[in-house]
Amino acid sequence: MACLLVPAAGAVVTTVAAKMIKSTEKDAVALQVSTEHGIETVEKIPFSKKLNWLSKLLWGGSALLLFEHVWHGEVVPWFPFLTSASNPADTAVMLEEMASVGGSMLLLITLVWGGMLIVAGNIQKKALQPQVSEKQGRSLI
Amino acid sequence: MTLLTSVFAAIICTVIWYNNAPKSEMKVGLLCWIYWGASLMWFVDAIYEYSELGAEYFTPAPIYMLNDFYLGLSVVALGLIIWLVYLLIKDPKGVVKAALFQKKKNN
Repeated sequence: MACLLVPAAGAVVTTVAAKMIKSTEKDAVALQVSTEHGIETVEKIPFSKKLNWLSKLLWGGSALLLFEHVWHGEVVPWFPFLTSASNPADTAVMLEEMASVGGSMLLLITLVWGGMLIVAGNIQKKALQPQVSEKQGRSLI
Repeated sequence: MTLLTSVFAAIICTVIWYNNAPKSEMKVGLLCWIYWGASLMWFVDAIYEYSELGAEYFTPAPIYMLNDFYLGLSVVALGLIIWLVYLLIKDPKGVVKAALFQKKKNN
């Protein structure tokens, strides 16, 4: 009915939050790692970029779900835009569905993103741990 | 069927993205986010539907399956259009810019 409104609201919040965090973030420290191609200078990606992953998941999913809702006639291009908002009985069902289905969608995507952060963090740790040296003139191990 | 279509689109895009990484000239990553986001949302939808219908969920009538597949293909097409617009606006290869300007002839 209107479950997509919950992840769409989440997308707005994460986009704004990512922009705010980006403006306060300091420059990332450059690190040197040895790879199979030689020594490369790398930077850890900032949190705002990771938050953008969540934002993109939510925006993308919401956009395609909006299309699906239009397809099924649940979203219309005239006021009140949601067919179930035209009478109180349907509105109650819609709100219930937004809380259950919409909330679950937002929760699942956030959980998947959280899993991605853990995996990405572990990969970064593994890649940097044995041979990290900060760029400022320290020797490589 | 819509879920299945978007999951296959997400997998194909992820394979293409991985194959071309770390270059991202074609911005395929955006398609991955779009299709994975939609797939996760439809997965939740499918769980709720399954909790209502039970095993019947897995044996839809052919007409519903066809309609859902039609919707799935339309959704994939919409995702591709969003990606194409993004690609042309970002223009990572400078193709659009090159098409809009012509070199000055030196006589």
